[in-house]
Amino acid sequence: MKHHLFWPVTLLALLLLFNLLYDPSFFSIKIRDGRLYGSLIDILNFGAPLMLVAIGMTLVIATKGIDLSVGSIVAITGAMACMTISKGTDQNSLGLVAMAVIMALGLSLLLGLWNGFLVAGIGIQPIIATLILMVAGRGIAQLITNGQIITLNSGNYKYIGAGDLFRLPFSIFIVAVVFGAAVLLTRRTAIGMFIESVGNKPVASRLAGIRAKSVMIAAYLFCGLCAGIAGLILSSNVSSADGNNAGLWYELDAILAVVIGGTSLNGGRFYLAGTVIGALIIQTLTTTIYVINVSPEITLVVKAFVVLVVCLIQSESFRQAIVSRWKTRRYPAEKETTRHA
Amino acid sequence: MLKRQHMPIFVTIALFAFMFIAGSFRYTGFFSAQVLLNLFIDNAFLLIVAIGMTFVIISGGIDLSVGSVIALTTMISSTLLQDGWSPVFVIPLVLLLGLLFGGAMGAIIHYFKIQPFIVTLAGMFLARGLCYVISTNTITINHAFYTAVAQTKVTLPGGNFVSISVLIALLVFAAAFYMAHYTRFGRNTYALGGNEQSSVLMGLPVARTKIGVYMFSGFCSALAGVVFTFYMLSGYGLHAIGMELDAIAAVVIGGTLLTGGFGYLAGTLFGVLIQGVIQTIISFEGTLSSWWTRIVIGLLLFFFILLQKLFSSRGPLQRNIALDGKKD
Repeated sequence: MKHHLFWPVTLLALLLLFNLLYDPSFFSIKIRDGRLYGSLIDILNFGAPLMLVAIGMTLVIATKGIDLSVGSIVAITGAMACMTISKGTDQNSLGLVAMAVIMALGLSLLLGLWNGFLVAGIGIQPIIATLILMVAGRGIAQLITNGQIITLNSGNYKYIGAGDLFRLPFSIFIVAVVFGAAVLLTRRTAIGMFIESVGNKPVASRLAGIRAKSVMIAAYLFCGLCAGIAGLILSSNVSSADGNNAGLWYELDAILAVVIGGTSLNGGRFYLAGTVIGALIIQTLTTTIYVINVSPEITLVVKAFVVLVVCLIQSESFRQAIVSRWKTRRYPAEKETTRHA
Repeated sequence: MLKRQHMPIFVTIALFAFMFIAGSFRYTGFFSAQVLLNLFIDNAFLLIVAIGMTFVIISGGIDLSVGSVIALTTMISSTLLQDGWSPVFVIPLVLLLGLLFGGAMGAIIHYFKIQPFIVTLAGMFLARGLCYVISTNTITINHAFYTAVAQTKVTLPGGNFVSISVLIALLVFAAAFYMAHYTRFGRNTYALGGNEQSSVLMGLPVARTKIGVYMFSGFCSALAGVVFTFYMLSGYGLHAIGMELDAIAAVVIGGTLLTGGFGYLAGTLFGVLIQGVIQTIISFEGTLSSWWTRIVIGLLLFFFILLQKLFSSRGPLQRNIALDGKKD
């Protein structure tokens, strides 16, 4: 059995290799204005929100759930933070920005709790339960911004998404902290095992003494929080909040990243590192398509085929169909001999 | 005596009646047959999509690709018309493409046992991407046939009128109603949604039914795309974004169980009409902004899902199974 990161890493390496052959300057990293610049840094920087959302999504999918509302949560938190700051007198004051961040993250936790309550408390199918917020969420975001695109002029807020620390974009550090926290919590404590157990069989887990509902709610809370942070990064990067378009298609990209990373949609197993690589693959794909001068719209078609191929590889019946065909072609008498043996 | 299983659909109808009557009392000029007919005119394509979606959801699946297929249909139609094709060829061609697209997704779902959610998601990306491959701009249609269909008003007795799209939608509804309740295909669909394993053991043609359901949904999406083309008279890659959500919402508000095996097309019809009424009320109110539509639909979704839960849960055992997920 291969290591679970084999396919994602291979795919990412192939993409990078293609870029290297196509344009060697893809890998060059320059220092400009005291900050590192280059395509690789861009991939990390622009991929940060997706990585965050996908990390949260991984834990939800591990409990055999799914969270379709992340895109809406991204839009809502961005709107909330920008609204709070734009109402203040001094947009640049640190206190105001801190309050905006806290309010936005609090709201994202609340939305995660709502999803968790619907799924674990009432027992609604996850796809449907989160669909409610997905539909209503964009309306709520526009309600907060009053249907307008709010633009800000706040250097401190802009730092979250566009600032740099140690010559690297600040958002990369946020991802590193969240990823580190998630790995520590799930792999160094029993929480990870609880999540996998609940994903396998909620009833059996409950009978074994695990509070299945609390574990599920916690997963949705974490996913909401991750989406909230991603919303802050996205809105601060462009210093504006757009209730309609911020975080559009994020739920799909995040699910795609999780699936590419090797986490099965059937729950019960999850690979956080795989997810991060999956998100990087998606971002690299997007960047690559820009670099090779194909119209960026084609990304969607490529993504469609990537989803399909990854799912087919994961599908047991597909592998069996391939393997059995290959085998019968090579050894037509094999079945006969085993039958008579 | 009211049957328990018919309760959700009656709630839907009652809600529609209530909203319409409340609107009539509140706004002058609301209570007229034409306002009612306008609901059909403005939502004909949504009704057609939702009908296909109803079949998919009753079979226990979901189809996220419908909105993109509509956009792709408008795109292909407008490009081919621009190249001088006749609508006589264009319309059958796009319908066939929709049928094949849905069939391909159904085949992948069935034979490789991948979740419908993911497969139709890939279909959604693919169709939307293909739109952009054709063109990123709006392509307007000024073919005589299309403008004629778009402008034709079918006058009803009493001086009111409907568009040709409404007639198409009602025709699809009648055909689908017959298919769901009076044919083997319909019965197999319900059985498949109730329990796939039992359907296999009973010897029902599961493969044919499952693929057929997605083919039908693909066909409905393409047909809705044709109707949408009549409505917009243009092809554009950003047409019908989020339509899949509207369709799913209409089906759920109509009382169809998302776990499959239960639901009525009549409910879907009223689910679509309720969405139309919400939009009409908001436009009559004038001061309310359009985003309230989404919030109200979200709330209604919540309300109806809660209602479904109430009517479908029978005891602690059932609840445990529900928590365990139906995909086992």
